[in-house]
Amino acid sequence: MDSNQDMAIIKEKENLKFVIVGHVDHGKSTLIGRLFFDTNSLPMDKIYEFQQASRELGKGLEFAFLMDHLQEEREQGITIDTTQAFFKTQKREYVIIDAPGHVEFIKNMITGASQAEAAILIVDINKGVQEQTKRHSYILGMLGLEQVIVVLNKMDLVNYNEKRFNQVKKELEKFLYSINIKDQFYIPISASKGDNVAKKSINMDWYKGLTILESLDFLKTKRPPENKPLIFPVQDVYKIDNKRIVVGRIETGVIKKGQLIKVLPAGQIIKVKSIEKFSEDVNESHPGESIGITIQDPIFLERGNIICEPGKELSLTDTFKANVFWMIKEDFKKDESITLRCATQEILCKVEKIEKRIDSSSLEVIEENSNKLKNLEVGKIVIKTERPIAIKTFNDIQELGRFVFVKGNDICAGGIIMGIE
Amino acid sequence: MNHILKLENQSVFIIREAYRQFSARGRSASGGKNVAMLWSIGKDSTTLLWLCRKAFFGKIPFPVVHIDTGYKFKKIYQFRDKYTQKWNLNLIVCKNQEAMARGVSPDKGRLECCTELKTNALKQLITEEKFRALYLAIRRDEHGIRAKERVFSPRDENFKWNYKAQPPELWDQYKIKAKDEEHLRIHPMLGWTELDVWEYIKRENIPVISLYFAKDGKRYRSIGCEPCCNPIDSNADTMDKIIKELKTTTISERSGRAQDKEKVYMMQKLRSLGYM
Repeated sequence: MDSNQDMAIIKEKENLKFVIVGHVDHGKSTLIGRLFFDTNSLPMDKIYEFQQASRELGKGLEFAFLMDHLQEEREQGITIDTTQAFFKTQKREYVIIDAPGHVEFIKNMITGASQAEAAILIVDINKGVQEQTKRHSYILGMLGLEQVIVVLNKMDLVNYNEKRFNQVKKELEKFLYSINIKDQFYIPISASKGDNVAKKSINMDWYKGLTILESLDFLKTKRPPENKPLIFPVQDVYKIDNKRIVVGRIETGVIKKGQLIKVLPAGQIIKVKSIEKFSEDVNESHPGESIGITIQDPIFLERGNIICEPGKELSLTDTFKANVFWMIKEDFKKDESITLRCATQEILCKVEKIEKRIDSSSLEVIEENSNKLKNLEVGKIVIKTERPIAIKTFNDIQELGRFVFVKGNDICAGGIIMGIE
Repeated sequence: MNHILKLENQSVFIIREAYRQFSARGRSASGGKNVAMLWSIGKDSTTLLWLCRKAFFGKIPFPVVHIDTGYKFKKIYQFRDKYTQKWNLNLIVCKNQEAMARGVSPDKGRLECCTELKTNALKQLITEEKFRALYLAIRRDEHGIRAKERVFSPRDENFKWNYKAQPPELWDQYKIKAKDEEHLRIHPMLGWTELDVWEYIKRENIPVISLYFAKDGKRYRSIGCEPCCNPIDSNADTMDKIIKELKTTTISERSGRAQDKEKVYMMQKLRSLGYM
């Protein structure tokens, strides 16, 4: 990394969100507590509150209590639900997302991880790769998280042994490579003692790399996808002061007053009459902006329409391949119709084929050409929607390459689009 | 786009998403009455109100609810009435008349007082008005329990928050359907910090109650009922000074709020009973 890029990181006043994942008891909550403690991010009265809560349970100061706030979590020493907290270094502000390590709470882990730009994968040096290490890693890959810092925790319990570190590192490298995760750093730490978290360890002379805090400052924040063609999913249409305002959020590209746009799925081409933001005069808008537009011709628009640029439009399709992660207790049966939501599009579909059912922990194929999916399984499937919709592969445009399945009142699976037929 | 604008745009997206799913447009003559916003008149909910005005181009299509315990600061009432008129709001003042008549008060027990005058007042209102979704300005950094929240968070008919089985949320896809007896708490500002709120208030010049600004070496950092709020030592009498103070403070925001303090799990208890 050259010095110019270094400067760019220093100037960055963005905050970066990262998630901490790993097997139960490998030390996620403790690491977070340590990060906060060593960066002086804890208010005095909070420290007092943790001491009080720890004392009531007859424990010493428990770092894990910082994130584990529910009574049940503290008493049982587990994390039930995902949570977020804020801390800053001199270079940047961070949001830490803590994700539960127990298999029962995997949908909470996914909820947390889906909001992150990077991840720390924590592994107990004594235990090595365990069930949730694998499942969480696989989910990170599926969510498209490309920046992963691997930390090997509890080094103090193996006398800071270099050989053991290299052994587990090798095991992890092989595994992460097999699921296409680009691990960037391997850091030997002790979260409870503080080695290589915010301060360089004095117990591991053999390790010449970065501390966790230093490695975090190397991560990159996500850049808005401006250079891609316009995608503006319609969220709603308001009638305000005799104006019909089409509202939504720009996912990719730029929209300008006066430009021609194409409305999918019907394909009408119309002109943008104005861009509407409350008490602002705007001529163009960029990705991430929640805006309204008015149009010149009186055509009917509704939620689920996708606005794009003529000539650079998305193709419509009703059949595509996807990987889905099933996350409710009830099985999915191939014959049932299910609702798919992708951006603001919502449509009934059928799963034509379940090519493979995969165990998300061992990553082994359980069955080929199956007719069901069970909780915590990944399916490689072929979906057929009732009508054609506007989608992309996940590798192409994430915003239109990911979807959820909804059953009854709840989201029951997340999926990414692998190929369009 | 800078950090504050990202937050603003994301909040507007969430506000519109909830309105689309839960308002009764087209189904009842009363317009979008199945949705409402809670306005405590504090800095956060006033910011949320500002964001709602942005989302709906200055015309908020649903009622704004003030839960009045009778113990609020006098300035709160003045501020409320001034901006209700100025922003043309459809204000509902919500009180638990029965509990107030019984003389429920903080000195007789804070858990009961908060539960009766806030939670149960709101329960009565929801039953009466049949609201399906309520916007609230809670933030993750305020309290560890609130940090566990979802953006769209269901409450059952008894107002219970089932924190052990929260619905998944991913890629801005939320729980947009609910059983008839449930209502959804919508939290568009969950990802904001206290500092973000003040930086946004400054950027947008949002009016806030004068109690937040230091007078004689004291200011309120968090505002609720007068008997249960304590000011902090501070000389921050302008927005800039408050922002500066927050960047270096070692005291947490709600340190002056009694309901967080009484017992370690008081907030969890309050929230599991339906508290905000």
